[in-house]
Amino acid sequence: MLRDITIGQYYQADSVIHELDPRVKLLGTFAYVISVFIFRNIPGFVLMTLFIGLCIKLSKVPFKYMVKGLKAIVFILLLTGVVNLFLTPGAPVFEWKFIAISKQGIYNTIYMMTRLTYLVIGTSLMTLTTTPTRLTDGMETGLGFLNKFKVPVHEIAMMMSIALRFIPILIEETDKIMKAQMARGADFESGNIIKKAKSMVPLLVPLFVSAWRRAGDLAMAMEARCYNGGEGRTRMKPLRYCRTDYIAYLIMLIYMALMIVLRVIF
Amino acid sequence: MSIIKALKLTHEYIHRDDEGNVDSIETALDGVDLDIAEGDFIAILGHNGSGKSTLAKHMNVILSPSDGTMWVDGKDTKDEDKLWEIRQTAGMVFQNPDNQIIAGIVEEDVGFGPENIGVPTSEIWTRVDNALAAVHMEKYRNHSPNKLSGGQKQRVAIAGVIAMRPKCIILDEPTAMLDPVGRQEVIETITELNKKEGVTVILITHYMEEVVNADKVFVMDHGKIVMQGTPREIFSDIKTLKEHHLDVPQVTLLAHELKEAGLNIPDGVLTEEELLHILCQLS
Amino acid sequence: MSIIVNHVDFVYSEGTNTSQHALKDVNLQIKDGEFLGIIGHTGSGKSTLIQHLNGLLKPASGEIYYNGRDINDKDFSRKELRSKVGLVFQYPEYQLFETTIFEDVCFGPKNQGLAPKDAGLRAFEALRNVKLPKELYYQSPFELSGGQKRRVAIAGVLAMKPEVLILDEPTAGLDPQGRDEILEELARLHREQNMTIILVSHSMEDVAKYVDRLIVMDDGRVAYDGTPREVFKHYEELKKMGLSAPQVTYLMHDLKKRGFDVDEDATTVAEARDTILAYLGKSR
Repeated sequence: MLRDITIGQYYQADSVIHELDPRVKLLGTFAYVISVFIFRNIPGFVLMTLFIGLCIKLSKVPFKYMVKGLKAIVFILLLTGVVNLFLTPGAPVFEWKFIAISKQGIYNTIYMMTRLTYLVIGTSLMTLTTTPTRLTDGMETGLGFLNKFKVPVHEIAMMMSIALRFIPILIEETDKIMKAQMARGADFESGNIIKKAKSMVPLLVPLFVSAWRRAGDLAMAMEARCYNGGEGRTRMKPLRYCRTDYIAYLIMLIYMALMIVLRVIF
Repeated sequence: MSIIKALKLTHEYIHRDDEGNVDSIETALDGVDLDIAEGDFIAILGHNGSGKSTLAKHMNVILSPSDGTMWVDGKDTKDEDKLWEIRQTAGMVFQNPDNQIIAGIVEEDVGFGPENIGVPTSEIWTRVDNALAAVHMEKYRNHSPNKLSGGQKQRVAIAGVIAMRPKCIILDEPTAMLDPVGRQEVIETITELNKKEGVTVILITHYMEEVVNADKVFVMDHGKIVMQGTPREIFSDIKTLKEHHLDVPQVTLLAHELKEAGLNIPDGVLTEEELLHILCQLS
Repeated sequence: MSIIVNHVDFVYSEGTNTSQHALKDVNLQIKDGEFLGIIGHTGSGKSTLIQHLNGLLKPASGEIYYNGRDINDKDFSRKELRSKVGLVFQYPEYQLFETTIFEDVCFGPKNQGLAPKDAGLRAFEALRNVKLPKELYYQSPFELSGGQKRRVAIAGVLAMKPEVLILDEPTAGLDPQGRDEILEELARLHREQNMTIILVSHSMEDVAKYVDRLIVMDDGRVAYDGTPREVFKHYEELKKMGLSAPQVTYLMHDLKKRGFDVDEDATTVAEARDTILAYLGKSR
């Protein structure tokens, strides 16, 4: 069911990773994503695995829980695999009728699927260990310099945190409207693509109307509580670096340096 | 001292057609005069569409008068410079508990208001602690609002308003979407706030059982205040209440029917204990 | 003919840390033409139970029979079941989606496979049944008042001509007038068309006034099953389940304790008035 989607949802635990300043985690994730794109050999792979493995271990998020989140991207993963496997040109090692698989193709498939999996695991580790508010706080402070270029950083951050808060509510609502229309004989499953798309109207219109109404209500509630944009706001939980954050930065730096060295040397 | 005062307050919703021409005008408030004393527990009753929610929105300057004046703590709501001061003085709790909680964690949501008005960090924490204690939600401070019951969510919303230290709280049908347990939680919470902290409470509702303990009740219909008085006075006139599409608690109705049948029972019986006592004396 | 719920168990999100045992060995028999009330606090399993009755949820174990046939049998078509057992969800006005009220009410009958003309006739009848003013039929449903929207949504299910109509808190959030209109409408459908009606409600006063039989759900189980008078005898146990009895029930029991020889099981104002008058008349 829809309510089983776990990707991107905060997982409450008491760990070093949870405690880290969100700016550290944002930058760390950024660095990790770069490393996922630059590794190209076994030593790099081993180092990357060690790094992310250690982070997961420290975060106390059960590995099983993370794998469950991967289910959502299985389709994309398989598609990338298939595309790479069959469409990479090169000397074929296997041939059958019009299908040809090259050595390069096998190599690419493994490489791309590993990359994608590691990418999702790494980024979801960040959302699993950081509450939406902390995350947006981190973005707001960390990217504050963009204000100079007239980027409305506070507004974007606020929008993101509200969106994240309302995702579970809207998922539940979708479930409810779907059931209500099914009780009126609606059929969301059978038929061809056009029929299926048409059958979504009774679901999407009420969902849109409801989201619109909620947005109006929320805007009114925020105004009633004196919300007036980012100016003059104070913070209940201001971001302050502590020792672990500096250590984390240091570890990140070493990790990135090693990854680059491994890529250049081998 | 009056905290909220209205003089000939009028509000018109103007509906326009696609070309922007005025299609129809709906008068939601029609010359309302109102005077609410500081520290009172006030109930405003009325069926859906009677204008009670529109009135509430004027107290928090979500709406501005089409005609007439409204003062909150002596400040005219048309004075734009006073907007934030007024909203701080008169906090508002809405009907749908989900659509007024902004943050993903209870304590952060309670801190949202103080953050907006620029309260220093350390004081935000004191205010949040006190506000959560006032609604008895300390245990849930680190929870996600999505995991709370309806009554608990409404208490968080009330705490969010309390943290702004208002003189007055307006609650616009805060119990309409709750089950009986949640409804009781909310009513107990606001009654306690009124008694202990002296906050003026303005409760807008159509549940009659919720108003028996109010200091004063206003009944609205067609954008006007049509009845006002103590709950006992209001509940004495069942006929007029019915004309305004409202009903009374079962015991009030029972007492009324017994009186009609010839028993010597006074008008406006409010509670079960009261009727029990009267019946015991009769026999 | 009837609905039989036989040893039904249901668990939400089975096998995860958020799993929830919502129904535990529920057994029920609902006869044709009954006006049944279901009460229980939030999370007691009452909404889960009614979603089983028209096949939106499937029991983890146990069976549900409609007129002697297992509704989860492969050859019992969903379409047929949902035509016979209509379900009106809580806040049903949020499911409206068509451009006109009339079109929206036609949605159900059209899904049943009726020709547009027949679906239209059904829609007219249903809208008449919920007493919506005729001049509104071709307006957008989004422009109606809350109470009117609710009635249109109920018409949307009525137009499917169900034999059983289930409503999950149809009066939630309505004012006294809106509430009375809908409940009177249901009572009339029950009386005149002998429709089986299952009403889930939080209002003890309402169920006491309208239903013939009352089921109390607590922690996924059926705690009490009987007439409102029988059920509200347990007002002290109900309190422990987070439920109350109608106000007069408390008064009648207190009167009895003070030595009044009255019918302490009275649950409505009319019953209470008559028994009090009878007693006082006698003692004078």
